Amino acid sequence: MSILTLSNASWPQLGLRRLALLGLIIGLLGVFMLSLAFGSVQIPLGNVVRILVGGTADRATWADIIFKFRLPKALAAALGGAALAVSGLQMQTLFRNPLADPFILGVSSGASLGVALVILSVGATGSLLLAGLGVLGDFGLAAAAGLGAALVLSAVLLIARRVQSTVTLLILGLMFGYLTSALVSLLVYFSLPERIQSFSLWSAGSFGGVTWSQMRVFLPAILLGLLVANVIAKSLNALLLGETYAHSLGVNVRRARIWIILSASLLAGTVTAFCGPIGFLGVAVPHLCRSLFNTADHRILVPTSMLLGAILALLADLIAQMPGSQYVLPLNVITSLLGVPVVVWVILRQRKGGGG
Amino acid sequence: MNTPTPPTNFSLSTHNLAIGYTPSRRPATVVADQINVALRPGELVALIGPNGAGKSTLMRTLAGMQAPLRGQVCLGKDDLHRLPADVLAKRLAVVLTERIDVGNLSAYALAALGRHPYTDWRGKLTPHDEEVVQWAMTAVGATALAHRSVNELSDGERQKVMIARALAQEPQVLILDEPTAFLDLPRRVELMRLLGTLAYTTQRAILLSTHDLDLALRVADRLWLLPSGGPLMDGIPEELAFNGALAETFQSEGVEFDSMAGTFKLHRQPCGPIGLEGEGLLGQWTARALERIGFEVVRNGGDLEIPVPVTVEVGAAQWRVKGQVGPHEFTTLADLLTYLRQPRA
Repeated sequence: MSILTLSNASWPQLGLRRLALLGLIIGLLGVFMLSLAFGSVQIPLGNVVRILVGGTADRATWADIIFKFRLPKALAAALGGAALAVSGLQMQTLFRNPLADPFILGVSSGASLGVALVILSVGATGSLLLAGLGVLGDFGLAAAAGLGAALVLSAVLLIARRVQSTVTLLILGLMFGYLTSALVSLLVYFSLPERIQSFSLWSAGSFGGVTWSQMRVFLPAILLGLLVANVIAKSLNALLLGETYAHSLGVNVRRARIWIILSASLLAGTVTAFCGPIGFLGVAVPHLCRSLFNTADHRILVPTSMLLGAILALLADLIAQMPGSQYVLPLNVITSLLGVPVVVWVILRQRKGGGG
Repeated sequence: MNTPTPPTNFSLSTHNLAIGYTPSRRPATVVADQINVALRPGELVALIGPNGAGKSTLMRTLAGMQAPLRGQVCLGKDDLHRLPADVLAKRLAVVLTERIDVGNLSAYALAALGRHPYTDWRGKLTPHDEEVVQWAMTAVGATALAHRSVNELSDGERQKVMIARALAQEPQVLILDEPTAFLDLPRRVELMRLLGTLAYTTQRAILLSTHDLDLALRVADRLWLLPSGGPLMDGIPEELAFNGALAETFQSEGVEFDSMAGTFKLHRQPCGPIGLEGEGLLGQWTARALERIGFEVVRNGGDLEIPVPVTVEVGAAQWRVKGQVGPHEFTTLADLLTYLRQPRA
């Protein structure tokens, strides 16, 4: 290529190590099986496997427990965790802000508003109306939340197409969030206590509410969002250098931004609609992956965030069930109580290592 | 200077280019007009000019980051501003002044980002891509940095890696906005020499903007001189020095371009003429010291028309002052300067 000759220096290997990927996949399968085995009733792992491959279990009810309750919940947790982690990663890179989370553009506030409108204001007659519409009854809350999230998302996208600066977009997203939060507070203020109770139950977050029929919407939506995230990972890498450099590397920044927001919001919006606003995973998992795999390369971070997000969501759900007891703790409490110390430890260790 | 129909071997050329910006709801502000210049393969061009003359606007316009007000920028034979971003990225690369914060990325991975326009949708590097990145890292002398995290690199090292990243784009034109801005003097010299060598060995056109006039004069194959209010002047450094263009551009109070020495002279409070007798290194640096504190030095009785009230004789590690004062002897240059700077009635 030139008069310069290549030296025999050793060059770093880029891309994801097979071993790391394998480890994460094995970990995910392990936690997935555990979450099927543990709950208010313990089912031995051997029986779980037998039930899954179509065999008969020691007790007839166990198959029902797994297929009707635990399998959809575990699937929802795995998909939801992956979705939130990837969504958070995308937002952190797009806004070049380590504190960004999936809900930074007001997606969850929009969903909250939708749910609050249904639970708090439509009330009894509205619920009857929804129930009368059959399938909508099952989807009532999810539909309301999805609609609210979609509404905020459309507003953000509309602005994103016009606004040049990403920072402006960030501030507008935050303002949307405040606005919808204020409206939700207003609804709460004028509501009956029992309705507030059911609203706060939704706010606590749970993977358990996703039924098989809901899964028909939940699963494709999440898979689509994850697919887009994987395709857009290359542009995310260029965006690490900032938008000017990204453009100079051939990225259509405005288009990339729209796709990133679409993917991240679809993921976060879907999870919020079906499982409630689940905090923390979206902020923490990307940071954990950056530390664990010692990189900022999205070709590594997107798949590992997906896997680690799924693992941690399953673990959090497992703990929230308090195996052996009849109690179920709010999911958000678990993600924060257990997750915060871990992330604090990882971040501090990373800073000490000279990185920053 | 004007080249209406350029030969095809120009890497980049401008045709009656007018640059500036358009504030919203107000008429456009023209920063410079009628710019007709060209970059040739293998040439290092330095854009210099006082602050506010529009260097950044010109750089941004030539890099395709800002539209021209009038006229055209041609990359080879194509209109640069009509090329899609992904095509442009294979032909023109930039290194900007803005500090990058990429987080935890190895220098090698950062340089590999330069292959972005060439890789498939997954961004996977082929063996050829890796080879190009390794060549680029070698070309800028950054092989030893490959494994280091970008966070741990010094400003100079990071700048080198960013240049490697730009080279990995295999561009015909490389545009660098003040690449020496954050560097100390040895690092600046090293970087400028590197860029000069790169332009020649890789036969690419390199354009950089800089405030480092002294260095630009020594290293650049060509200077673009942009005075406040234009017009842009184009020439080899020596030409612009002896035709007075440099002196004129940087004319301002207290600073003067010395066309003879090719450097800037600072005017302190004027102290009048002083004689100096002495040769060699010691004589040279004594002259510099005397000029620094404001004397107009007349070497070895040079110009007899100027009456010198005081003369300094430089001997072996001693300085003697004679004339209207003294005679006094000093064993260090510092003592001599302290004595000469004392206010006298």
